Amino acid sequence: MSKKEDFLQQLKTLSNSLVWLSSIILFIGIFILVMALNPDIKLFKSSPEITEADVEKDTIVNINSNDIKDGIHTETGFVAGDGLDEVIGNCTNCHSAKLVTQNRMSRDGWLATIRWMQETQNLWDLGDQEDIILDYLATHYAPEDKGRRENLIVEEWYELK
Amino acid sequence: MRRREFIGKAALASFTLTAGTGIVYGELMPKGYVPLLMQDPDPFKMFSIDKDMTVLNDRPWNIESKAHLLNDAVTPNKFMFIRNNGLLPEAIDVDTWTLTIDGESAKQKKTYTLNELKTRFPQYTYHLTLECGGNGRKEFNPPAKGNQWGVGAVHCSKWTGIRLRDVLEDVGVKNDAVYIGYHAADIHLSRSPDKEPISRGCPMEKAYQDETLLAFQLNGEDIPLAHGYPLRLVAGGWPASVSGKWVQRISIRNIVHDGTKMMGTAYRVPCKPVAPGEKVADEDMCIIESMPVKSLITYPKTGALLTLGQELTINGHAWAGELEVAKMEYSIDFGSTWHACELKAPVNRLAWQQFSANISFPQEGYYEVWAKATDSNGKSQPMLLPGWNPKGYLNNACHRIAVKVS
Repeated sequence: MSKKEDFLQQLKTLSNSLVWLSSIILFIGIFILVMALNPDIKLFKSSPEITEADVEKDTIVNINSNDIKDGIHTETGFVAGDGLDEVIGNCTNCHSAKLVTQNRMSRDGWLATIRWMQETQNLWDLGDQEDIILDYLATHYAPEDKGRRENLIVEEWYELK
Repeated sequence: MRRREFIGKAALASFTLTAGTGIVYGELMPKGYVPLLMQDPDPFKMFSIDKDMTVLNDRPWNIESKAHLLNDAVTPNKFMFIRNNGLLPEAIDVDTWTLTIDGESAKQKKTYTLNELKTRFPQYTYHLTLECGGNGRKEFNPPAKGNQWGVGAVHCSKWTGIRLRDVLEDVGVKNDAVYIGYHAADIHLSRSPDKEPISRGCPMEKAYQDETLLAFQLNGEDIPLAHGYPLRLVAGGWPASVSGKWVQRISIRNIVHDGTKMMGTAYRVPCKPVAPGEKVADEDMCIIESMPVKSLITYPKTGALLTLGQELTINGHAWAGELEVAKMEYSIDFGSTWHACELKAPVNRLAWQQFSANISFPQEGYYEVWAKATDSNGKSQPMLLPGWNPKGYLNNACHRIAVKVS
């Protein structure tokens, strides 16, 4: 075999390998895309004892995190405002945004809650973002005086037959 | 890498892109965190609950019922409030599930399989009222921290299981026992395996009551996952957090149990009354035991429009923790005059009692129907909020509904 033929043979082997390699990469790429777009496809059969928690872990949705409607961040229900990104980034990892939005506290109250989470719930050091977060919470989730008993709020009046 | 984790990571990256900002201090986040935005299961389907239930919190799951949904004498699963402190257990295998009894005051450490518990001890069924200690928290002023429950964190369902007492006696209890504490399979929100979301309990006296069960069944079926499948401690009349879900271990303690949410301000109220908003030191907080007297008008739903001359029949439930409800009254003039309701005896101790009344309105106008229960010790529900406390527990103020007559 001449050197030229030898070289051509090697080139052919190389190009074959490249074709195979890129096909594999392409296949993996398509596979990942399909799986990402259809999270319901099951690859491996779970154990027969399926708990609802599995369902919970399985259901993961796409994120359109920038949507803001009527001053409310759609995805989380947070009021849009300075500090929103910091609050989402630090406060929705362990618990729901709903735990924040249903509460009303003074700046001191929010700070005490952060300290309690750091001491007992594995919350990390918030660094220089702490002030931004506290300003946000104290501005948008401050307590209102409700008195000793509020008026009833009726969402819907209906005829009772 | 498991698919779910992969998608989680991919989504994390895409979140970073779409939000236009990185996850702040992302590098400080412990491994395994998947921001909550990426979980959006349908709780109504997942827990088979009614669409009118209110989701207060989706991590952990806290879902509230409403007064008009609770009209059944035996609350069905679809209307039962869900209060979780941590994440649901992730892989439950009933074939390998065991309950271990241990602790300083246990004469021995003993482990039972579920089947042993079901076959070795006699089974009992009771209707038991379980109310979240924080039911009604929403009304406190200044507001109290936590899930803002309205009136719907209570249910009275039919629980079947064995008596905790029978199991404790089978193990042997030392004379110095003061408390039992449960340990369960739920997962801490931080996913740290070293932390328990909740580990509460009760004094031996409550543990020894006939109605304190290790339950396998709710309303004749396996307990739903959200309510403690496959084994739940059920202690009616006390804050529902005493009724530990997914129980794997019960410790017989020679001290008041010091597990998570037994200490500090959790499920505790000031030992002495305090002014609204007052700071209370931990050592001045006392553990909540029996829940106070309370009632709920479950029919009609608030907002009823009536015509003059139309009689209104109301009905609902009343309960009083360890005690019985002795008297039930209603008022349509904001408490100026009270009128007796018909009140049934409980099906068994610690079950809520049904009341009803027929009401005639004297003239057109806006009315509120207020309900007031009185317990067997003569204590009644307050019309205003009861004593303020830092965590907003024990709001047993009178329930009321709005009615218009035209």
